[in-house]
Amino acid sequence: MHKYLRFLLLALALPAASPALAALNIFACEPEWGALSRELAGDQASIYVATNALQDPHHIEARPSLIARARSADLVVCTGAQLEIGWLPLVLTQAGNPKIQVGQPGYFEAALQVVLLEVPASVDRSQGDVHPGGNPHIQLDPRNIAKIAAALSERMAQLDPPEAGNYRARTKAFLERWQQAIARWEKEAAPLKGMSIVVYHKNMTYLEQWLGMREVGELEPKPGLPPTTAHLSELLASLQRNPAKAVVRAAYNEPRALEWLSENAKIPAVTLPFTVGGDDKAKDLFGLFDDTLARLLAVAK
Amino acid sequence: MFKRNLILAAVTLALSGPALAQDAELAKIREEIKQMKDTYEKRIQTLEKRLSEAEAKAGKAESTASKAETTATKAEQSAANAETATAAAASARSGENAFNPAASLILQGTYARTSQDPNNYRINGFVPSGGDVGPPKRSFGLGETELAFASNIDPYFRGIAIASLAPEGGVDVEEAYFQTLALPQGFSVKGGRFFSGLGYLNEQHQHAWDFQDAPLAYKAFLGNQLRQDGVQLKWIAPTDLLIELGAELSSGSQFPGSDRNKNGVGGSALLAHLGGDIGDSTAWRTGVSYLKTSPSGRSYQDTDALGGVVTNSFTGSAKLWVADAVLKWSPHGNSTYNNFKLQGEYFRSSQDGSLTYNDTAGSAVFGQVTGPFGATQSGWYAQSVWQFYPAWRVGYRYDRLNYGSINNGIVANGLGPSAANFPLLASYSPTRNSVMLDWSPTEFSRIRLQFASDKSRLGLTDNQMLVQYIYSLGAHGAHKF
Repeated sequence: MHKYLRFLLLALALPAASPALAALNIFACEPEWGALSRELAGDQASIYVATNALQDPHHIEARPSLIARARSADLVVCTGAQLEIGWLPLVLTQAGNPKIQVGQPGYFEAALQVVLLEVPASVDRSQGDVHPGGNPHIQLDPRNIAKIAAALSERMAQLDPPEAGNYRARTKAFLERWQQAIARWEKEAAPLKGMSIVVYHKNMTYLEQWLGMREVGELEPKPGLPPTTAHLSELLASLQRNPAKAVVRAAYNEPRALEWLSENAKIPAVTLPFTVGGDDKAKDLFGLFDDTLARLLAVAK
Repeated sequence: MFKRNLILAAVTLALSGPALAQDAELAKIREEIKQMKDTYEKRIQTLEKRLSEAEAKAGKAESTASKAETTATKAEQSAANAETATAAAASARSGENAFNPAASLILQGTYARTSQDPNNYRINGFVPSGGDVGPPKRSFGLGETELAFASNIDPYFRGIAIASLAPEGGVDVEEAYFQTLALPQGFSVKGGRFFSGLGYLNEQHQHAWDFQDAPLAYKAFLGNQLRQDGVQLKWIAPTDLLIELGAELSSGSQFPGSDRNKNGVGGSALLAHLGGDIGDSTAWRTGVSYLKTSPSGRSYQDTDALGGVVTNSFTGSAKLWVADAVLKWSPHGNSTYNNFKLQGEYFRSSQDGSLTYNDTAGSAVFGQVTGPFGATQSGWYAQSVWQFYPAWRVGYRYDRLNYGSINNGIVANGLGPSAANFPLLASYSPTRNSVMLDWSPTEFSRIRLQFASDKSRLGLTDNQMLVQYIYSLGAHGAHKF
């Protein structure tokens, strides 16, 4: 009888205790920040990733599981720059967790660590889904990842002082590997310099800027608006005059319009993983860039 | 002499006190200026970097063909744009309006065709809820214009106010509440006027609904939507599954309660919700809620057998159970292109107390008669919405109310008014079928076409056709699940 009782108590205590085993409970808004947190914190953290690579980061719902996970989080790691404006504020106010409110150490915005591109001089919804702070799709420039890693690791150290040394050591090791990888990627990507591409949504800007690629058009007539036939035929006509090397979409963008343009303009279509988990090879941040470059190089000739 | 010294000492002290404070303040100001300088320097550096990048691009471009020249000017332009944007951002942050709350405005309107007169709308078999539950007026009509302000008040509280401007004039406060931000352990408190957390649809504003109007159960049992003037305590369990428990205390002045002019709590509600994910593609939430109010002299008008006006008023207790469930599906959780939503709610209402029949203002046959009154009634709806193509959704809803049982003591004792003098409470179970098709080119605009066959009235079918528009201006509001 006694044995059963102890077993029962253990069973009751376990689910409550398990999140406490890891020192930091991290709620990552996007997969890239989940992967980066894993690199910097290792097993020191329990990490929940709120969205996956096949979801449009602009259109996420404040679903019940997100509120439940935010309730116990010590640190929320998000892109910011209003990328999550449609759902994160609701999750934060509903979670009943003062640690992760905006302005608290438990709230980390990656976009604040880097220089944003395409900051609009004026904002008006007639321009489509524009972000007043600038383009929020910052993760495809690995130099941004390095800056964010440094800041994020300091934040982890601040929230979990006993393990501060651990976070810093892991981050140092990560950044070393990362800088080497950047050097290798930049070498490999030399043929991509000056390559002109058409993108589905303006979510490749940082990648283009890093590698010196040229964006000559977007499938969306305005950011966030679905492609229209009128806009696509205009794009096709301009591509027939000045051909591009590839039409590019992120894994979460729907393929139909891209395939149509690819077929008609006779330009290869490329699907990039966009973030960790976007395809089989993008298993972590290194894989994400390895695979992104491989896919672009395959059509760059 | 001694006195003078003392005075001198006092004066020096008095002077040096502020001087010390001034020094501290000066140091603080210097520090602030230094910080400002640093941030500006940083900003200028980034700008310069960007400019030089742009110039480099421009320089390169110039050396090539004429086509490249345009990119150079573009680059210069974007550098200039960046400069003005940064300057604008800096001035926006320092201006008086830097702390303005997020403001948004909802525009709504309808074009309606109904086969029955909307002014005669009633839900037969059920005590009228007093809410504005009828279909929109015929022909063109303006809906409620909603004006919302929201902002964090300080690190501890958030404030939200939503006013609805009625088309015929007048302002109604839909919601105006504070919400705590800093309570630990998953607790939060809301206070003021807010939509109750009861059920699923109740907390959502009309413009976020999937159909133009509320389900019949909401119309009959809550007068469209339950608004509480009171406080709400919510707790979220520290589990991966969402377990949310809540309690509300209110004045209970809205149907099924009534304004009582009494001290103490007039209405209370208990809420429990569970929610989670099934794989990547499916999210769900379900719950049970309970509402108890104590209406006092809650009255409605009916007509007696002679066609005269009767006022019936109820005093007693009114209890309501609500069970709700919603399930949303989209491929890999990406709802942008296709998604599916299934939701349903069940209501069970029981009222127990006394009813007073008063025809003195009408036929004056019976005068004022009071008897015991009890009613147990229920209702439910189920609906599903399917986004079959980006921006296009189609939906179907079925509504049903069950008459259940009404024990009207006045009728039962056979001495006073008979059942014919309570035509609204004659046995009837209303049903309704609704279909809708809507188009939302962006998340800020929606145009909807809705057809409904509404059998709320005994023996009559109201065929309704509605075209509705909903536009959302200003701050990007986040919608509840």
